[in-house]
Amino acid sequence: MSAVNVDAASPAPVAGAGGPHRIDAIPLRHPGRWTAAVVLIIAVALFLYGAATNPAYSWDYYAKYIFDQRISKAATVTLELTVLSMILAILVGVLMAVMRLSPNAVLRGVSWTYLWIFRGTPVYVQLVLWGLFATIYKSIRVGIPFGPTFFTITSADAISVFWLAVIGLGLNEAAYMAEIVRAGIISVNHGQIEAATALGLTWWQTMRHITLPQAMRIIIPPTGNEVISMLKTTSLVTAVPFTMDLYTRSRDISAETFTPIPLLLVASTWYLAFTSVLMVGQYFLEKHFAKGLRRAGAHG
Amino acid sequence: MTTESTQGRAGGPTVDGGGARVPDMVRAENVWKNYGNLDVLKGISLRVGRGEVLCLIGPSGSGKSTFLRCINHLEKVNAGRLWVDGELIGYRERGGALHEMHPKDAARQRRNIGMVFQQFNLFPHMTVLDNITCAPVLTTGAKKPQAQQRARELLDRVGLADKASAYPEQLSGGQQQRVAIARALALSPKLMLFDEPTSALDPELVGEVLDVMRDLADAGMTMVVVTHEMGFAREVADTVAFMDGGVVVEMGAPGDVIGNPQHGRTRAFLSKVL
Ligand SMILES: Nc1ncnc2c1ncn2[C@@H]1O[C@H](COP(=O)(O)OP(=O)(O)OP(=O)(O)O)[C@@H](O)[C@H]1O
Ligand SMILES: [Mg+2]
Repeated sequence: MSAVNVDAASPAPVAGAGGPHRIDAIPLRHPGRWTAAVVLIIAVALFLYGAATNPAYSWDYYAKYIFDQRISKAATVTLELTVLSMILAILVGVLMAVMRLSPNAVLRGVSWTYLWIFRGTPVYVQLVLWGLFATIYKSIRVGIPFGPTFFTITSADAISVFWLAVIGLGLNEAAYMAEIVRAGIISVNHGQIEAATALGLTWWQTMRHITLPQAMRIIIPPTGNEVISMLKTTSLVTAVPFTMDLYTRSRDISAETFTPIPLLLVASTWYLAFTSVLMVGQYFLEKHFAKGLRRAGAHG
Repeated sequence: MTTESTQGRAGGPTVDGGGARVPDMVRAENVWKNYGNLDVLKGISLRVGRGEVLCLIGPSGSGKSTFLRCINHLEKVNAGRLWVDGELIGYRERGGALHEMHPKDAARQRRNIGMVFQQFNLFPHMTVLDNITCAPVLTTGAKKPQAQQRARELLDRVGLADKASAYPEQLSGGQQQRVAIARALALSPKLMLFDEPTSALDPELVGEVLDVMRDLADAGMTMVVVTHEMGFAREVADTVAFMDGGVVVEMGAPGDVIGNPQHGRTRAFLSKVL
């Protein structure tokens, strides 16, 4: 404590100045940034001018179709496809991840095989195969194997192309979700599992109450990306063939009107609007699961 | 009391004051544990009577943590037997053969044994109160209000009555460790295991945790404590066991083992930590 007082050479704070001297330096100049900004603004302005005046964009058609009933209906269908197939993907994905990490070797094997098949083949091919489901399995017989049949369902009646599309998208996505969930689970500190075990929690109780909630923080950001990716992947359901989604519907309309470009822009606008909303939702979810883990970084 | 010797006392239960025969709280007989080719425990035999405090001391890697983790079956013993309160840990003996225990039964056994870790291992996504009520509610089907009532009593006991709704990361290390002790006590265990409970703490926070442990020992809790706090061991322990290379080298009253060690290895170790 004395060292400060003894040192007479150290500049004493100016009495009555009300605190330290503010540093008043001349800011560093950034000529590079300014040049880049100017170049970019000119380029964007030129592009916008070109787009506005280029008849190929047919902005009158864009305006006409952006809120067209058929388009907004198709947008709703796309949203339904996304939400339903993601719900299926998350449920099956969590199940597969948990099975993959379970002490039961049979469950681990099943999970591994699932991932191998669904990640190893293109989603487009999978969707085509789901479209052929009713051809492959003409009827579903409910009963005892090699015994009596209780009732029989005709596949084509029982399941619509919409649900085939949901199943096709969902089961494919589940393989990716399983890996995301697994990465989240194994990121949880082993001491947590040990503490839970020592408290007499069973393997499943530990998973459900200790591991999975903490894994959520790791799981949510990539899951947000998967939802956004799914929204766009729904444009492949034409492979089933399901034709009521946003992209297929816009293509169908443009086939009648011979105006593909404005309709593609219409579809893109809707996709963009949805992804923007999803990004906001993701922000709040991440905040929720960062509870008690502030230092770990809730923002990003 | 188990202060005399480990050898020659592998036999029957001790006799308590009333003359009834009650099993020791912990009884280890020739416990071996290996990881692959590495023998970590090479025949540990010891007993901890009811209400006694055993302090395990010894150099790093001597197998102290491993032995502690064997007591609640976090690690499987490869040879030998371990009993807690007369109940064989991790296995069932039927018709002269040992049967592996169902995980549910192992979990049930662990509920009688509280454990406190060096790194606290509180659940960061739960409040202090939820950390403590979690196990009773999930494993014994306790009703939430009753569990919370009991949790508040325990928090009061460790001097943290005002922290019930805090999250672990908002607490100091010493406070976290006291919550961890309260959490372990929530299931009313018969036995408490402590693995270097103060080693991760800043020196000025060590005392508050040791105070809680001392109170616990005074209240008659049976405890096995791995520690480097020789002052605590001297004062609180009934028995001190010095481990090195997977064996108990020397065991006895703290005054003897710490104050007047007989083995060279014990002396060498103590000269480094005292
Ligand atoms: N899971 C494991 N796999 C392989 N080796 C292990 C494992 N756990 C512990 N060991 C080894 O067993 C030996 C004893 O470890 P243990 O943690 O019991 O020592 P300790 O006496 O508690 O030491 P410390 O004072 O450092 O905590 C060490 O050599 C360690 O490397
Ligand atoms: Mg250790």
